[in-house]
Amino acid sequence: MTTTNIPVSAVSRTIGRLGRAREFGILLAIVLVVAAGTVKNPSFLFSSDGWRDLLLTPSILLLVAVGQAIVIITRNVDLSVGSVIGLTAYLTGRLFSDIPGIPIPLVVLIAVAAGAVLGLVNGALVAFGKVPAMVITLGTLYAYRGIGVVWAGSNRVNASDMPSSFLGLGTGQILTIPILTIVAVVVLGIAAWYLRNTRGGREFYAIGSDPAAAHLYGLRVTRRILTAFILSGALAGLAGVFYAARYGTVDSQAGTGWELQAVGAAVVGGVAIVGGVGTVWGAALGAVLLLTINRALPVLGIPDFWQQAVVGVLIIGAIVLDRVLAVRQKRRLIETRDQA
Amino acid sequence: MTAPTTTATVRVVKNYDKPFWRRVLLSRETAIVVLLIAVAIVSASTVRGFNQPLTLTFLLLDVAPILLIALPMTLIMITGEIDLSVGSMVGLSSVTTGVLVQAGAPFGVAALAALLVGVIGGAINGFLVTVVGLPSLAVTIGTLALFRGLAVGLLGTTAVTSFPVEWTALAKAKIAGTAIPYIIVPFLVLLVIFALLLHFTPFGRGVYAIGLSKDAARFSGVHVERTKFVLFVLAGVVSAFAGIFYTLRFGSARGDNATGLELQVIAAVVLGGVSVFGGRGQLYGVIAAVLLIGTLSSALRLVNVTSDVINIITGTLLVLSVIGASVLAFLQSRRRRPAPTPTVAASAAS
Repeated sequence: MTTTNIPVSAVSRTIGRLGRAREFGILLAIVLVVAAGTVKNPSFLFSSDGWRDLLLTPSILLLVAVGQAIVIITRNVDLSVGSVIGLTAYLTGRLFSDIPGIPIPLVVLIAVAAGAVLGLVNGALVAFGKVPAMVITLGTLYAYRGIGVVWAGSNRVNASDMPSSFLGLGTGQILTIPILTIVAVVVLGIAAWYLRNTRGGREFYAIGSDPAAAHLYGLRVTRRILTAFILSGALAGLAGVFYAARYGTVDSQAGTGWELQAVGAAVVGGVAIVGGVGTVWGAALGAVLLLTINRALPVLGIPDFWQQAVVGVLIIGAIVLDRVLAVRQKRRLIETRDQA
Repeated sequence: MTAPTTTATVRVVKNYDKPFWRRVLLSRETAIVVLLIAVAIVSASTVRGFNQPLTLTFLLLDVAPILLIALPMTLIMITGEIDLSVGSMVGLSSVTTGVLVQAGAPFGVAALAALLVGVIGGAINGFLVTVVGLPSLAVTIGTLALFRGLAVGLLGTTAVTSFPVEWTALAKAKIAGTAIPYIIVPFLVLLVIFALLLHFTPFGRGVYAIGLSKDAARFSGVHVERTKFVLFVLAGVVSAFAGIFYTLRFGSARGDNATGLELQVIAAVVLGGVSVFGGRGQLYGVIAAVLLIGTLSSALRLVNVTSDVINIITGTLLVLSVIGASVLAFLQSRRRRPAPTPTVAASAAS
């Protein structure tokens, strides 16, 4: 937005390059991690199990991170996603065990709709209550988890309660690519297209950059924020279905702590916590990087207990890098302005 | 955002047109205190076993870490920042103590080292927020993972349980003749320090000023960066102290000690009337909120409600309390100004 009053060519190209560099950098990091793991133990990549896990493991977090990125881009945050995953994963299992013969697409639809409703509650409280999203979703994190625990008690849904065709989704592959991964990537593609090319998507960025300006400009801020939270909830709902399909057992604690992983993935992926900056591609790659490191550490001979520490260093490194780049870019913009 | 414009949000401290007694009696903090007393009376008269002194002992032991950390967290949140890493710091301090005791260090040395870890951890947060200039939410999500990762990495899934008996006994001991555990003594000392700091020093006025408007505070001579840095270090060291207490109370140092504590602390602080935007909040409201959640939990546990229902109640209370404040403000603005005026004009006029 500052590029309007300065010579465009060089600056806009720099910005474009920076934007691309971020996703590229993470991709490079993923490749390095995978390469290191593979050199140490070729089956990390070249066995059928290794290949499958490599693609399958991040696909659930990827969905949540995409939803989280959309919310963060509007300068909000959704801390309740972990609890939404827990609720919808248990709902999925219970639907199968309570209603034998229920069609799988219907279950998926119900779970996604349930996630969307939970997201709508968040969004409505944030948008109409004019209360910071962090507080609201911190509250609903507890409330949703609590509902799940009261509902599930100490019960758990086991693999035997779910039809094998559904569990097959969790392990099935098409051309060696796991089905869940394909679904996740398709969802990612749609979300990326929506954010990049549609009016609604661009308005998310506008709202995140400056909510007051967006409001004065006549954007329907309330509606967009509602949409962002519904999307985040629905994607967490889909992730809940994935969770049930992938792990086969669901108890009331499913998805605990995923909210911070999702925020971490988005932040590592270059989505600025102050809103208005970042892409869902970046967030998705961030999710892949975090979980790939998680898998690579034991292979590299580092006990996986250290995984979280590595994640912490990565998050801090990523935001420091963003800051350095932003400061440098600002200085360059000022120089360009002064020369003009 | 890019140009140094004067668009800093101007927020007006409301309600100073009302008489003093109305400000005090109708405040958020008073509501929480009244609610706390009501819950205590109802529990005492209806819940069997609530009146026993042991209830109070366990209640205080349970909420002690939250009480302790809520003190610096209140100040941090009044400046408009946040520290999500406190729960992980409790874990890291616990593990530090455990590892050193296991290695044969005297307990006092191990505890001092843990406090030092707290100072260093807080300084890392403070450095990244004030010197590098990063948003504290992002920074402390990172250090949340980092501190927890170090704690889990150092001990793995093992636990250290070989602590000197005199220390573990002290953590659970009651002050002679009462049902009050000793941990309340350091808490009260810290409370007095923090209350004096917040309400009777220029530093404390600066804390509120930063929360209301960082730029205005800087122009009025408040050391914004230094204040925030000090607060993060305080949060680190108090969390480390809470970690030592936590270790002794359960007689066990584990990497996953106090996971998720940060959310409980923040929930209590917000419930206690601290605005997440900063600039508003009182220590007594926060302490009442911690005790309210603690009293509710222990009463419910006595009637065999699981701790998970307590989480629902915490969450719902939190949401209701913030929504309630918004609704109230909305209704008041409607009543005073029948014709809704744009907010910009309203704040400029007052």
